[in-house]
Amino acid sequence: MVRMTGSQILLECLQREGVSTIFGYPGGVVLPLYDTLPQFPAIQHVLVRHEQGAAHMADGYARASGEVGVCLATSGPGATNLVTGIATSFLDSTPVVAITGNVARTLLGKDGFQEADITGITQPITKHNYLVMRAENIPMAVREAFHIAKTGRPGPVHIDIPKDVFQEEAEFQWPEEINLRGYRPTNKGHSGMIRRAAEAINKAERPIIISGHGIIWGDASNELVELSEKANIPVITTFLGIGGFPETHDLSYGFLGMHGMYHANMAADEADVVIGIGMRFDDRAMGRFNDFNPDATIVHIDIDPAEIGKNLPTAIPVVGHVKRVLPELTERLEQRDRSDWLGWIDKVEEEHPSLEIRETRRLIPQEIVRALYEETNGGATLVTGVGQHQMWAGQHYFYDSPRKLVSSGGLGTMGFELPAAIGAQMGKPDSEVWAICGDAGFQMTLQELAVCVDERLPVKIAIMNNGYLGMVRQWQELFYDENFVSVAVTQPDFCKLAEAYGIRALRVESKGDVLPAIQEARNYDGPILIDFHVDQDENVWPMVPAGAALSETIEMPERELVR
Amino acid sequence: MSSSNGTGPAQHTVVAIVEDKPGVLQRVAGLFRRRGFNIESLAVGPTEFEGLSRMTIIVDGASAPVEQVEKQLYKLIDVVKVSDLTHEDAITRELALLKVRCNNVNRHELLDVANVFRADVVDMATNSLTLQVVGDADKINGLIQMCEPYGIRELSRTGSIAMTRGAKTTTVHESEPEAIARVHQSQGRRVEADLPFSSD
Repeated sequence: MVRMTGSQILLECLQREGVSTIFGYPGGVVLPLYDTLPQFPAIQHVLVRHEQGAAHMADGYARASGEVGVCLATSGPGATNLVTGIATSFLDSTPVVAITGNVARTLLGKDGFQEADITGITQPITKHNYLVMRAENIPMAVREAFHIAKTGRPGPVHIDIPKDVFQEEAEFQWPEEINLRGYRPTNKGHSGMIRRAAEAINKAERPIIISGHGIIWGDASNELVELSEKANIPVITTFLGIGGFPETHDLSYGFLGMHGMYHANMAADEADVVIGIGMRFDDRAMGRFNDFNPDATIVHIDIDPAEIGKNLPTAIPVVGHVKRVLPELTERLEQRDRSDWLGWIDKVEEEHPSLEIRETRRLIPQEIVRALYEETNGGATLVTGVGQHQMWAGQHYFYDSPRKLVSSGGLGTMGFELPAAIGAQMGKPDSEVWAICGDAGFQMTLQELAVCVDERLPVKIAIMNNGYLGMVRQWQELFYDENFVSVAVTQPDFCKLAEAYGIRALRVESKGDVLPAIQEARNYDGPILIDFHVDQDENVWPMVPAGAALSETIEMPERELVR
Repeated sequence: MSSSNGTGPAQHTVVAIVEDKPGVLQRVAGLFRRRGFNIESLAVGPTEFEGLSRMTIIVDGASAPVEQVEKQLYKLIDVVKVSDLTHEDAITRELALLKVRCNNVNRHELLDVANVFRADVVDMATNSLTLQVVGDADKINGLIQMCEPYGIRELSRTGSIAMTRGAKTTTVHESEPEAIARVHQSQGRRVEADLPFSSD
């Protein structure tokens, strides 16, 4: 056995867990760790400009690559700055390990300089967290943290280490086994329940699959395609489930929810059997719970038993890993012709098209996203912020495989886009990554532009600049009698700003310039920003008003058709 | 769904076997606060296994579908096992200390009351008696009611602890004590079988 310092032990453990990239920011109590970093050249440290950026980068890295993302911050303010990012990962169930330093053990609880009870703070927004009080306990904490983060329903895990634990020497011993008696995720589905689910689906006239983020994290896209093809079941996804089922597939009917496709919402409401797979019947997806398709038999397949029956009454629950459950279910399903039902949805889609881009005088974001789709042939990875542009990026780009749309769905974190795109680019270095930004959200984390330059990342940054908090403005227009309060945002000149960071920039104000700008960005090997000046008054449609049922989906009103 | 809100029993008795680690109580308490489950009482203590603690939590039934309480508890990594004893034939006990006002005239009367409730006198002063009583909540409430006319100067109650009656246990899987296993083995018995000299 080798004697090592706590810092060495931590880095050795991260290396053994396969960590190649850490997003972090140094500070007082993590100095011993930074002092040791050069001894581990296989671990690349990316210096962020604000710890929130580190947490989002780790998250974006995880979502794009499927690997655990790692971020690092110092005690007190460094640690608290991670909180928004950790909460983002928690609500979207993405595997991130966040490491923070804390004041030395002798000062813990004494309100020392830069002390915050960070494990107390992160406890409700992590899957689990650790305060490691001895260097010899670091290996077990790290192994457990990675295991917990990436198995079962994934999620963020936080490890807090006091300064003097980094400096303390201990025998390094890598735990070959972990034994968490309170953590045994159920992977194998109950065969009786799978049989019951199959019976219900075989009998169904109008079954529909709602697939979620769990399909992507459970790596079960192919299994889902096989299932739906065998039984001819249409598939709609949640917003985070986009890409889990190829949107180019004949059985794909887009995504449902507050800004989902009209026909998807209607189909979910019309179905006689609703099969939720790897999703949690969230309010943004399902509308008002009490009025969600009361006649449907709900089959719910998820790895987290606590999601069963939490929001909607579930008739047939199957707790298990989608990759294991779906093939078993497929085997029991009968091949059936469901052309009447598919025809019904097709007809609704034809009569109520949600994705038609109408002729407008002014430049609208929908056509930019669509142009990007056509130009990239669906091959790019889009990382969005939160708001109108996020919904348009979900609607007008068609994702044929998982991990191509990276977005903060559950927490709805503005400012997620740029740092998450940086993380995504580092997680998938060979992909074309586009940060689709709102002009307001972009200003929340724009300091991370410097990281694009530092790391020479070819991230394409597209700002949908409408000079407004667009989604808030839309709500004030529709539900608060056009009483616009604090929604017009003063903008800097984004092009000058980018240039100040040494980033190339283009401004696009007319329709004709969209395609050339996209092409130029694609041909440029480096970070580039395009400031798209778009129509200020454009709203996202369709829409399920907050607190309404899916059946009450509103389409674009006629007054907005001509603009 | 069985997770009926408000139509269930007034109180749920939930037993959680948890890792004996710092912060576990906060995790459980935090979970209840965040999900809006009201705790009526909570008692924590060691179990028959080193490293495991046992929490008995009485939950306000109107505030929480007990199925969600159980499942959310299970999601905590440090929670090893959760059991709902609400509908079980269970023994529930709590302990109370009461300091009751009395004097030379009514002390005997008060001692009679204590006797009926099988409460022990654990301390005495010229103008008070301290009683210790063990029982379920009803019994303790009964004693309190009887003592009120004398004047209760101080009252302290523990939370309830609970255990199922009969052979069934709510603990984690019992390991066979080595000594007993040896006896079985020497006599050629299958060690997995029920113990012949189990108290039940």
